[in-house]
Amino acid sequence: MVRKSISSYALGALLLAFGSSAAIASDEGSVFQSEGSWMVADVSTANTFNRNLKKDKDPNAPPPEDGIHDAENPGTHILQAPKESYVGLPTTEFGNHVDWVKALDDGLLNPRWERLDPTAEPFVLDLDIVRPVKASVPDVVFPHRQHTLWLECSNCHPAIFVPQKGANQISMSAILLGQKCGVCHGKVSFPITTKSCRKCHSKPKPADWKPPLSEATLKNPWK
Amino acid sequence: MKGIARHIRLGRVAAFGLAAFFAAAMLSGPAKAEYADVVINNYADAAGMRPAVFPHWFHRIRFRCKVCHADLGFKFKAGGNQITMAKIIEGQFCGACHNGEVAWSVENCDMCHSGIPGTPTHFHGSTVQRLVAPPYKGLDATKQVK
Repeated sequence: MVRKSISSYALGALLLAFGSSAAIASDEGSVFQSEGSWMVADVSTANTFNRNLKKDKDPNAPPPEDGIHDAENPGTHILQAPKESYVGLPTTEFGNHVDWVKALDDGLLNPRWERLDPTAEPFVLDLDIVRPVKASVPDVVFPHRQHTLWLECSNCHPAIFVPQKGANQISMSAILLGQKCGVCHGKVSFPITTKSCRKCHSKPKPADWKPPLSEATLKNPWK
Repeated sequence: MKGIARHIRLGRVAAFGLAAFFAAAMLSGPAKAEYADVVINNYADAAGMRPAVFPHWFHRIRFRCKVCHADLGFKFKAGGNQITMAKIIEGQFCGACHNGEVAWSVENCDMCHSGIPGTPTHFHGSTVQRLVAPPYKGLDATKQVK
């Protein structure tokens, strides 16, 4: 009996030790890295259990507790907390946890289009661009309307996207690395997560769709 | 009877261990600043100021992206604009609004320069930042579990 109770305490101590070492590991993982100077993955930090599935514990933390503002700075405590501003706005599961486009559509927000003129209205282009996707995921529908509510044509054309059909090579890897759509999506507009795929990949494949096969596969099929 | 008592004790110990784990994880969790907050530290640290923190969320409630990114010429790149206080006072970049007329003026130094000293220029919470593994930093020898 005595031995057993000792062993159960040892289990508790082990759990405690595991807990504190895991906490240290997560602390190491939060080291900031400026864009442009990336390093190769290293075992100690990369091996924490799927870090891409980590949930935000407390999204929208007030500035003194958010980990990038200095709590010792008096000005930090004057700044507004995001949660105060987000009251009543539609929510999402990613980014700021606010659905900014819906908030605009519902008339809950009316950000200025001109710096000094509160009455200026945006030039909205209601044009959808369908981009067929080679893989079996649904095709992409790019809606100009939601984008021109916030942006001007010159923000994207011609520097990021050539305004010509077929002239833009876009891939998810480019987007995830901050190019093409990734110039904004993944930084300020909704990020690429497993919950947001369908926001872009929204047009189901035609009923007769088949995966594109190479010449070699067509000549010598597996079967 | 003995078995039940042992069960309860084991449960208590396990609960204590788990509670300690969560408490430790919460105390030293990663930075959880708002998505799209930008830390700008091109010149601040070298000049002995805290880095500036730009909250996208606050500004997009009041202005559409186009106002800053087309009219004022802000590039879509964290730290890519070489903003200096001289330019701001002349009315460029932040100074187009932070002039005491549209928004508060530059004498409120510590409302922008509010970042933790030494934080490099970066886009908080960006996908690139989350996907690329952070650099290796060995565990502190004093903190290592033996």
